[in-house]
Amino acid sequence: MTLKQLVERTGWEPLVLTEEDREVTGGFSGDLLSWVMGHGEAGQVWVTVQTHLNVVAVAVLREFSCLIIANDAEISEEMLNRAKEEQLNVLCCHETAFEACRKLIEAGL
Amino acid sequence: MKMEFQVARDDYLSAGKVSSQIKQTLKQIGYPNELLRRMAVACYEAEINMIIHSYGGTIRLLIEEDGRIQMIFSDTGPGIADLEQAMTPGFSTASEKAREFGFGAGMGLPNIQRVSDHFDILTSHEGTTLTLGFELDP
Repeated sequence: MTLKQLVERTGWEPLVLTEEDREVTGGFSGDLLSWVMGHGEAGQVWVTVQTHLNVVAVAVLREFSCLIIANDAEISEEMLNRAKEEQLNVLCCHETAFEACRKLIEAGL
Repeated sequence: MKMEFQVARDDYLSAGKVSSQIKQTLKQIGYPNELLRRMAVACYEAEINMIIHSYGGTIRLLIEEDGRIQMIFSDTGPGIADLEQAMTPGFSTASEKAREFGFGAGMGLPNIQRVSDHFDILTSHEGTTLTLGFELDP
């Protein structure tokens, strides 16, 4: 599935979308950065409620296809600017991380 | 080829910058993606460790003529009190502040050892030196 299809199927708001055609290969959920760094895989979407700058660094280094900020977690301008600089795709959603994952699976991920 | 970077204590907002720079450099040279990913994980974890736990230090990247990569992380203290515990997955001495930033999973050193081909660590109260090696065909 492409990122564009994922956005259409979930209805989630894209905050940064630089690569609509990027292939999404799966998903990972977690808030402990080293855990995510150690277990995440390139191409996955990452569902988290962490919203500080280090999240962008981990997502870029791990080559996640998209960052999904769950549960209306507050996102700073600073973080969005860093994501734009790094061309990291970011979506946000109202659902909890659990519900967001369920929606991703229902969407075909 | 040699490159050197400084890392400052408690500089959480810069965390990952050195790792990104190193990854970018190696990508431009043409290293395979699999190696870039392993390198990035190791470098990021070690960079974070220096920010969270040390008084600051230096990261040196050495690229040998045959393509092997060495990364050396040297800090100026205070050293790792119990190395065996520090190598145990889940064990962490990260501060409350570090945990607020999402660090402190206790997976740093175990992650680094898992993704690197050579792993050597020397520590005393005067500082810690972590030397990592990466092979093109491990």
